[in-house]
Amino acid sequence: MGLLDYFRSSRSRGSASVAKERLQILVAHDRAERHRPSYLPKLQREILEVIRRYVEVDMNAVSVNYEQEDSREILELNIVLPDAAHQ
Amino acid sequence: MARIIVITSGKGGVGKTTTSAALAMGLAQRGNRTAVIDFDVGLRNLDLIMGCERRVVYDFVNVINGEANLNQALIRDKRADGLFVLPASQTRDKEALTKEGVGQVLDELSQTFDYVICDSPAGIEHGANMAMYYADDAVVVTNPEVSSVRDSDRMLGILSSKSRRAETSAEPIREYLLLTRYSPERVANGEMLSVEDVQEILSLNLLGVVPESKSVLNASNAGVPVILDCESDAGLAYGDMVSRYLGEDVPHRFLDVQKKGFFSRLFRG
Repeated sequence: MGLLDYFRSSRSRGSASVAKERLQILVAHDRAERHRPSYLPKLQREILEVIRRYVEVDMNAVSVNYEQEDSREILELNIVLPDAAHQ
Repeated sequence: MARIIVITSGKGGVGKTTTSAALAMGLAQRGNRTAVIDFDVGLRNLDLIMGCERRVVYDFVNVINGEANLNQALIRDKRADGLFVLPASQTRDKEALTKEGVGQVLDELSQTFDYVICDSPAGIEHGANMAMYYADDAVVVTNPEVSSVRDSDRMLGILSSKSRRAETSAEPIREYLLLTRYSPERVANGEMLSVEDVQEILSLNLLGVVPESKSVLNASNAGVPVILDCESDAGLAYGDMVSRYLGEDVPHRFLDVQKKGFFSRLFRG
């Protein structure tokens, strides 16, 4: 290996560590997704339908979040009402 | 009762069929009656890797449909006693493998065999689901490369939720990692995920690391499972894999860059 090669390889060092970082994030995300109950998207749709009977909101107005900790599960619903609804 | 082993990966082209052929041959060489089944309906390949493509008369789907019995369809390997190949069908009907049909064939094989190896097709479609459904053990074949590792993790999720063992709340499938096409030089240069990196992400029982090797293509060209090539590092690594699967404590080889001798360095082009 020549001197130039040495410098070149030391500069490119790290594509594996980039791969590892990306994978760790991706896999953690995939796993969280996998453990979510399968009814969540339907739940989100139906809640949105109910709200829309009363208030005009857009598709992103309802967010459903699911978290699992050791002994408890948290289902978090966040509904954003438009300003006009307050009047 | 046979132990049913699925060779799976999610991603294609990582070495599932090469591994199925090697594991089957290795188990048979050690005196176990072993059957290896190609689940890739429509894209039959295991027969080529095993070198028995010209002896295929009946296939897996024929047996499921009752058009042939198992003994007619099983191809006896000429190199190892007690090794049999059940080829896939070339039909384009992917749904030809039914859960009941596959279950019956595996039950029948279980009565006379020690190991049944299921060579899964790539993907997470019907064929892959059928290959893993009845498994007791799973060998997840992975390349040290982002998409392969991610797909392997997805496959692990499927093994732990959609298999028979998961559905019946039985003892979970024993999952093993086999890392293939490993290049110690590239790992040393920081260009390839190391065994440790992949282990950290997938945290599986490491069954073996097979180095990238020309001998794998040579073996498939010739229809000889690469494990029979005892001159090659890939063949030896597969041999170690079989020993580890059978519970022997074998150290991992070929993980480090081979030091070049003075003469080979001198005469290198």
